Amino acid sequence: MKYIPTIGIECHVQLCTKTKLFSEVDNDARGKEPNSCVSPVDYALPGMLPRLNGEAIRLAILAGRAMNCEINNNSRFDRKHYFYPDSPKGYQITQYYAPIIGSGYVELPSGTRIKIEHAHLEGDAGKLTHFDSYSLVDLNRVDTPLIEIVSMPDIHSAKDAHDYCKELWRLMRYAGVTYGDLYNGNMRFDVNTSVAPEDSKKLGTRTEVKNLNSFRSVERAVEYEIARQTKLLEAGEKVIQETRGWSDATGKTTGQRSKEEAKDYRYMPEPDLPPIHLTEEFVEAESSKLPMMPADYRTKFGGIIANDTMEVLLDYPELMFKLNEIDEKNVKSISNLFASVLLAEEKSAEYLNDLPSAKQLNDLAQMNEKKELSSTAAKEVFLRLFDPQMRGKDTRSIAKELGLIQENDLDALGAIVDTVLAKPETKKAQDDFRAGEEKVIGFLVGQVMKESHGKANPSAVQEILRKKLA
Amino acid sequence: MKIADKKTTATELVKTALKKAKEYADYNIFTFIDEDGALKRAAEIDAAIARGEKVGKLAGVPYALKDNFLSPRGETTASAHILQGFKSPITATAVAKLEAEGAIMIGRTNLDAFAHGSSTENSYFGPTHNAVDFERVAGGSSGGSAVAVALDIVEFATGTDTGGSIRQPASFNGVYGLKPTYGCISRYGVVAMASSTDCIGFFSKTPEDMDLLMSIASGQDPKDMTTLPDYYSEAPRGSLSKLRIGVIKEFDNESVDADIRKALKEKCETLKKKGYEIVELEMPALKYALAAYYIIVPAEVASNLSRYDGVRYGFRSKESENLNDLYLNTRSEGFMPENKRRIMIGNFVLSSGFYDAYFLKAAKARTLIVQEYEKAFLKCDFILTPVSPNPAFKLGEKVNDPVAMYLEDLMSVSLNLAGVPGLAIPAGKTNSGLPVGLQLVGPRRSDKKLIEFSKELI
Repeated sequence: MKYIPTIGIECHVQLCTKTKLFSEVDNDARGKEPNSCVSPVDYALPGMLPRLNGEAIRLAILAGRAMNCEINNNSRFDRKHYFYPDSPKGYQITQYYAPIIGSGYVELPSGTRIKIEHAHLEGDAGKLTHFDSYSLVDLNRVDTPLIEIVSMPDIHSAKDAHDYCKELWRLMRYAGVTYGDLYNGNMRFDVNTSVAPEDSKKLGTRTEVKNLNSFRSVERAVEYEIARQTKLLEAGEKVIQETRGWSDATGKTTGQRSKEEAKDYRYMPEPDLPPIHLTEEFVEAESSKLPMMPADYRTKFGGIIANDTMEVLLDYPELMFKLNEIDEKNVKSISNLFASVLLAEEKSAEYLNDLPSAKQLNDLAQMNEKKELSSTAAKEVFLRLFDPQMRGKDTRSIAKELGLIQENDLDALGAIVDTVLAKPETKKAQDDFRAGEEKVIGFLVGQVMKESHGKANPSAVQEILRKKLA
Repeated sequence: MKIADKKTTATELVKTALKKAKEYADYNIFTFIDEDGALKRAAEIDAAIARGEKVGKLAGVPYALKDNFLSPRGETTASAHILQGFKSPITATAVAKLEAEGAIMIGRTNLDAFAHGSSTENSYFGPTHNAVDFERVAGGSSGGSAVAVALDIVEFATGTDTGGSIRQPASFNGVYGLKPTYGCISRYGVVAMASSTDCIGFFSKTPEDMDLLMSIASGQDPKDMTTLPDYYSEAPRGSLSKLRIGVIKEFDNESVDADIRKALKEKCETLKKKGYEIVELEMPALKYALAAYYIIVPAEVASNLSRYDGVRYGFRSKESENLNDLYLNTRSEGFMPENKRRIMIGNFVLSSGFYDAYFLKAAKARTLIVQEYEKAFLKCDFILTPVSPNPAFKLGEKVNDPVAMYLEDLMSVSLNLAGVPGLAIPAGKTNSGLPVGLQLVGPRRSDKKLIEFSKELI
């Protein structure tokens, strides 16, 4: 019998607001002392009340729109209760009954659409580090704003699960709502997988693998679960509904024994925060700030940039934003420089934060187009555009300074060719060429290049030589 | 309350207050007396006056602070064991506003732990005694504050009212007590009981003092998103003539103490003589108030008390083997029985499978109650009702009967569910000499007019 896998994914995205979701302390705790970005509100002193950060609402609207989702004009917060030291209030403030982001979809590069059930705003929890006989609590991450994106059980392969997570990652970064640093947990994925016989109308029993933080581990965990569950069903056994842990090292999921049965979070409307009412105008005004998304670039540059180059470049919103800034006729050559030169550089991550101006790139492309720069020279000038010493200068000055501009003036080139042909040491080569020995033309071009100190355009030189030796 | 006439000094006022506080020590009014701090502050104010500097509207006025307001002065305990040792780095917005006007806190007052109760008998520090009859309860939960004002120790005291915790002790001790419109005064820095019904208010000896306190403490606070835009001082006074006063038919029955019913009738007669119209109201939805209240409030209580876990501050049970024990032991030892009762009820009504049947139903009943008040205020301007069905009861009389204790809140809780203001006013005494209080209820944002009108009932 054939089994069809069904996968649903919940994704937590940390929003890059300046301050936390419910207090005015710094939300960016990267590289900071533990418990240094904590206000009395986050610490849950008695009598402290949450104050909603409007920036988080704006980012949620952008995130929602990036996924083609409805934005709900009315939403509100709820409390989700549980006891653990990472939750100082004893509850998480989330949106259980009325989330801000409604249904929508994410389109994968393959064209497959994955439906979004909803997405909601909530505060993150703190972090515990466990030692032999004690644990340490760091509350810096408490109430960092998150959106939790809940997909429909719409995914049917490990590859699509991978592509969906990656596309979400791209969308969130294009929308500018997160730093998107997977290594540091800016985006985390919980994956629900089940398998059912092909002709079955009901979904199989699902398992949940929590807290995956790379696309590769999502793909591998799903592959493993599909195989494991299929094997169980084929052997006539049952899949147990449970949370399973994934290990990158072993490439396996293992059942996580939890002592308690199903948790009861005792959801309750958050009485300290009034409901959120967003006017149509506000939602529209905020939505209009959404830049072009990957799908838009695929449409716009589909005929210009090769598919595989496109999928590489799409991982870098900075590059796509830049390509969108330059003249369309230059997109092809600049996209090639981005893909083959910039991304190959060791310092590429650093370079991405400080790209050359659109004018610098347009000039570069045009100089290359007009053969003022050879392809090799263009690459060299391109890299020099990132050089702190050269940054402010225009492309032509840099090329000049480096002596990389090719001589295209036919009269000037003709004069140089004449000088070379007048030299006795080229006499034999000239005779050989006239006698039909094609390959010596290379030697003669080389001599002209040498005479021009490398500035001559070799193809133009060859043309002149052929005429003069005819 | 002003001392600007220079007939006295802040130091004199504070010394007198401190002396009285000591004289009445056996009433168990205070959980903390800040003798040094209060005298130091008084000396500063006297020096400022001597230098001819402008001082605040409450300069040198001694007051008592209910012990659930956060302030760095003394421990903030909410009369709860679990908060023992907690010194707040934060000052509540209301406290900051009073002190900016020169009010001097002489001490923190006793309450039912976390304001759970109607008699101040649920305090970790023991009960406070009634100002008029030592054998009787002070009422609650703001019992200490009410008695401190009734015994004339201080000029005013702060309170919190979640279901009657200001109005009922005010009426049990014969002083004014105001529960303002929900959202009128910031809750920031006040130990939360039930967020959607908690109101900050005051005990005073006169309506004039109450008005002054409200003009100072009210107002929108960015730290409390549930506060209303400023309205108190801007509220149009409006004419007091031709006002219609409603009385609730359902509250006029045998279960209400005869002397209290008599007091209500007498006040109605007085008003009629002054030319006011008395309107009889039927408010059937109010019969759901107590049940709805004892679902919604425990739910919020259970949630708000989750933060007391012994991990970050306050009391922590010793020698727990693991995390779960730490939670269990700390909360078992740290909470009073009434706290636990409400935590259990609250978690029950929120638990999955019961939410719709209890919490959601109660929320719907609450909407009916809000609408009932809106309808009532189409027919009248204010409503006059008893605060509680009975005057102050004996200490220990209802401690072991929680339901009887909850029934004491019958007439006060609907205001909190509706968010409307209520002012408890002294209305004479029972035959046996116990204070009787009545409450004036107005529509939302009518606080100032309500206080103004109460002068007609003196």
